[in-house]
Amino acid sequence: MLGLAKKDFTLLAVVVGLTLLAPFILNPFPEGSGMAQFNAGYPDLMQRFVIFGIFAIGFNILFGLTGYLSFGHAAFLGVGSYAAIWMMKLVTTNVIPAMILAIIVAGAFALLVGFITLRRSGIYFSILTLAFAQMSYALAYSVLTPITGGETGLQLKLNDPRILDSALVGGDQARANLFGVNMSSSYEMSVGGWLFTFNAGYYIAAIVMILAFYMAIRIFRSPFGLMLRAVKSNQQRMNFTGLNSRPYTLAAFVISGMYAGLAGGLMVAMDTQVGPERMFWTASGEVVLMTILGGAGTLIGPVLGAGMIKYMENIISKINSTILHQWFAWMPDGLEDFVVAVIYPFIGKGWHLTLGIIFMLVVIFLPGGLVEGGQRIAGLFRRKKTADETSTTPAE
Amino acid sequence: MGILEVKNVGKRFGGLQALSEVELNVAENSCHAIIGPNGAGKSTLLNCFVGKLIPDTGSVMFDGQSVLGRKPYEINQMGISRVFQTPEIFSDLTVQENMMIACFAKRDGAFRMHAVRDMFTEKEIVDKAEAMLEDMNLADKREMHAASMSRGDKRRLEIAMCLSQDPRLLLLDEPTAGMARADTNNTIDLLKQIKDERDITIAIIEHDMHVVFSLADRITVLAQGTPLVEDNPENIKGHPKVREAYLGEAA
Repeated sequence: MLGLAKKDFTLLAVVVGLTLLAPFILNPFPEGSGMAQFNAGYPDLMQRFVIFGIFAIGFNILFGLTGYLSFGHAAFLGVGSYAAIWMMKLVTTNVIPAMILAIIVAGAFALLVGFITLRRSGIYFSILTLAFAQMSYALAYSVLTPITGGETGLQLKLNDPRILDSALVGGDQARANLFGVNMSSSYEMSVGGWLFTFNAGYYIAAIVMILAFYMAIRIFRSPFGLMLRAVKSNQQRMNFTGLNSRPYTLAAFVISGMYAGLAGGLMVAMDTQVGPERMFWTASGEVVLMTILGGAGTLIGPVLGAGMIKYMENIISKINSTILHQWFAWMPDGLEDFVVAVIYPFIGKGWHLTLGIIFMLVVIFLPGGLVEGGQRIAGLFRRKKTADETSTTPAE
Repeated sequence: MGILEVKNVGKRFGGLQALSEVELNVAENSCHAIIGPNGAGKSTLLNCFVGKLIPDTGSVMFDGQSVLGRKPYEINQMGISRVFQTPEIFSDLTVQENMMIACFAKRDGAFRMHAVRDMFTEKEIVDKAEAMLEDMNLADKREMHAASMSRGDKRRLEIAMCLSQDPRLLLLDEPTAGMARADTNNTIDLLKQIKDERDITIAIIEHDMHVVFSLADRITVLAQGTPLVEDNPENIKGHPKVREAYLGEAA
């Protein structure tokens, strides 16, 4: 169906189901309960899940398939963001032209960067991409201040031209919208103790992510995808089989740059501002972590990795010592203090420590990422099932 | 006039003159073996044919066109396929995918962007790959990862990939190196079969005299970077210069 094999179609259906029902799934705990802080079903975070999902899906087309580890992908995200906000400032606050321009500009920039960096492979390629990203960051931060707004970045302003939009009615502000639907508008549904928020911006981002995921599946299964895996497997054989690996890797690089640009454009669509820190090297590193944590080279892995990291960043970082003391209040005083002191470094600002430990455990014990973990669990169940079946077969 | 004509080829690596004044003429539809002791420059010469090395002097013409200065993939697209000493295959991919890559390369050339349709909907390619796997007795291994096959099967797969491109010249670099006797004999049979059934020219580098004398129509003996003699196998066997090159002057 949709040109996909049955297995891939099932996967797509699962992703569609999860993203569309995310406001329910991510809010399992009633409002006001002690566990409510683990709820992730609020628009801001859900938007980040899908936007970083897109970023990681695109990164995986390059890294997962060809094995070229780019350490500068945040540059394309940032370039896409700047392109989108200029579209919104100059032409219209509708998000669609902004996203299209973000993809085009990021793609063109990726073509330039890829053309230069893909002359080298391995660690040299990684360093070259990192250098490009840091140069872009420095340019955005200071040199190109007239275009990028420098340190403060860019926001929508009342006196932006917006040549296609009608003038704002007094007191109104320019807002990102889709044909009049405001990105920040939400519908809240209260059921019992639960509060579910359905946000227009989230659903638009989610639909874009589903499309991006669908396109990634098609690329993975296409002859082009096969050639990209050939690049990773054995470039020598590839060249001696009459295939020119350069344009293949460059195409993969540009496609993943366009995905990053789309993610950058969506960030602007959701929250109409950009700053240069979006292109900092830690942002490039983050998408590498997401992809490896989820499972590089797998379809769903990068999305899982992005979700996991963004969840930890937003949820674990919010736990503070007061909350810990509440949790362990049932313990005797001395023990309570001790337990809180032990856990404290891993929460709040220390969430990176937790992430680092999880990342190390995954890389050491599950080199295939969370997807491999899932497969192993599924494998255990299957083995158990087959064992049950064999045991129930009567002996002959 | 041969399909591969090598004239006055010389190559120097620093102080080492690896090849000098190499003349070689491989006749179409023959099997030409290049033999010689270790360090004679056999592999260097082969690398000059496929774009891995560019000789300092001389010319290498394939079917009337120079191959010098061309990229390996361009030379392959001209009709030269190479089998490596250690099988070079796509180890992470399945046997079937390995074959399909070779078939795509033959049909679509060095680069073509087709990123939309599922690769298995390309019936022509799937069928061609399958037919080749059947031919080479690899059909039952099609789902296997290439890395997990035996050395002999890897070699078969590599040869199958080369053949699926219908090359006019097949270059073999010690195809039986490191193989068990049984695998070696299988490979000899396979190569004989290929030679008999196809319009193909084979140039082979080999240490194993058993392999050389079972296959070659013509033999060139290389020593210290220069061709010593070129003749048919019968005459090479007892040639005093060959014995000298292999066994030293005392013999």
